Amino acid sequence: MITLYDYELSGNCYKLRLLMSILGIDHKTVPVDFYPGREHKSEWFLKLNPLGQLPVIDDDGLVLRDAQAILVYLASKYDPSGTWYPRENPALLGEISQWLAFADGITGTASAARLHDALFYDFDIDAARAGAHRLFRILDEHLWFVEQEGRQWICSAPQPTIADIACFPYIMLSEEGGISRQDYPAIRRWCDRVKRIKGFIVMSGVFPAGPARAAA
Amino acid sequence: MTKCTDSVVLNLWHPVGAIAETVPGAVQQTVLLEERLSFSVGADGEPVVWRSRPDLRRADQIAAADRLPAKSVYGYVWTSLGSPPADLFPIPEYAEPDRRRLNAATFGVNVSAPRAIENFLDMGHFPYVHTDILGAEPHTEVKEYDVEISVDRDEILATRCRFFQPMASTASEGGADVDYVYRVPHPYCSVLYKSSPVDAARRDVIAIFLQPVDQEHVRAHMLLCVLDENSEDKVIKRFQQTIFGQDKPILENQVPKRLPLDPRAETPIRADKSAIAYRRWLSQKGVTYGVIPAAA
Repeated sequence: MITLYDYELSGNCYKLRLLMSILGIDHKTVPVDFYPGREHKSEWFLKLNPLGQLPVIDDDGLVLRDAQAILVYLASKYDPSGTWYPRENPALLGEISQWLAFADGITGTASAARLHDALFYDFDIDAARAGAHRLFRILDEHLWFVEQEGRQWICSAPQPTIADIACFPYIMLSEEGGISRQDYPAIRRWCDRVKRIKGFIVMSGVFPAGPARAAA
Repeated sequence: MTKCTDSVVLNLWHPVGAIAETVPGAVQQTVLLEERLSFSVGADGEPVVWRSRPDLRRADQIAAADRLPAKSVYGYVWTSLGSPPADLFPIPEYAEPDRRRLNAATFGVNVSAPRAIENFLDMGHFPYVHTDILGAEPHTEVKEYDVEISVDRDEILATRCRFFQPMASTASEGGADVDYVYRVPHPYCSVLYKSSPVDAARRDVIAIFLQPVDQEHVRAHMLLCVLDENSEDKVIKRFQQTIFGQDKPILENQVPKRLPLDPRAETPIRADKSAIAYRRWLSQKGVTYGVIPAAA
């Protein structure tokens, strides 16, 4: 059984809860008092992850850290359809890795802005917001072309991949860091598509999609 | 924005930080009513608060004349930029020895303090915002309840509030009709009493103390004072943080950010009785900070 070391308000933890819900992976949760308790810097937690970061999973003794790495592991091991991380398709794996790294960039900017505003982290807020807008602009353009080509998801596959899961949370929570999504219509349409994936769940700060518009 | 000139608000006690989150002797910086403040809690538990100055780095350097009024109450440091009353409003339950007393968290929120109080008083949003925790469809009706402005205690009291809650607290074992009492004993603080799942004769106490950073930003301090012998501290905190995290985007998207006190500015429904009383009470007190006062 998988154990997830989890903080409710963490977008990186939510990525894993979300994929596990979509794939129907049973797991148990160990809450970590990230804030205000800073339990991720406690002695017991640093033994699990010397970087002192969430999330961490323990799958029958295999301990993994880093949200993106764990998405790769979970999809590789537990997705019978093989579409979330298609191991037989090198080009697609390259694309997925590219956008997983992009998701890390979103964490370094949009998530940092949110930590500054809500949890009083001492970050350069202007740099964090500007960095997030730069990434959002790139993703918005990318998704616009995706739609023009008749596709729906970040990577060139007919189904969503873990790249969509990795990018979604901190985009969806960006307004808590003072980063509006008003100017990114393709991102907003893509967020609604993610919310309609079967098995989608919310976290605090993320609301479900409204009812789909009836066909005209 | 100009600094606060509202004498009612200047003369109040305001929370600036949770004592559980301080290290004895360490100095923390914060902002209250657009003024930069420093505070520190000694090993004896006594807080010292002062207006931040580069030459003043430790509490023992602060001359008596430079110290702001300071109090340690309900697990938080309180201060005032004016002449505060001798005592803060009472929460007698805080002294009961079998209660768990925790700071659930202090969160920065892009909202005015009065808007946040109004949301705290509102039961109508439970099924939609706190789905499957504090409410669930089809149990959406806010039943009739009573509101009074208590003149001798100078606070608002909403009683006989009832709501069906699927998971009212960490100690809940299933859905139940939960009784609520709300108090607003301070323009920026509210105290909620709700039925305890473990003792039918007593109530859990959850308080929200808002530190106005400026007219449109707060630090929200959440006090839990609950009956629960089994859950770990972090599980109790997590429950409350989950709820507050659900409210946060709602609070931050309120327009206008300051609370309009003109009765014609926004259209209330019957469920908003406590909010109407709250707005009227703020008007009667002459509060202008964080609100849009009614035209004279």
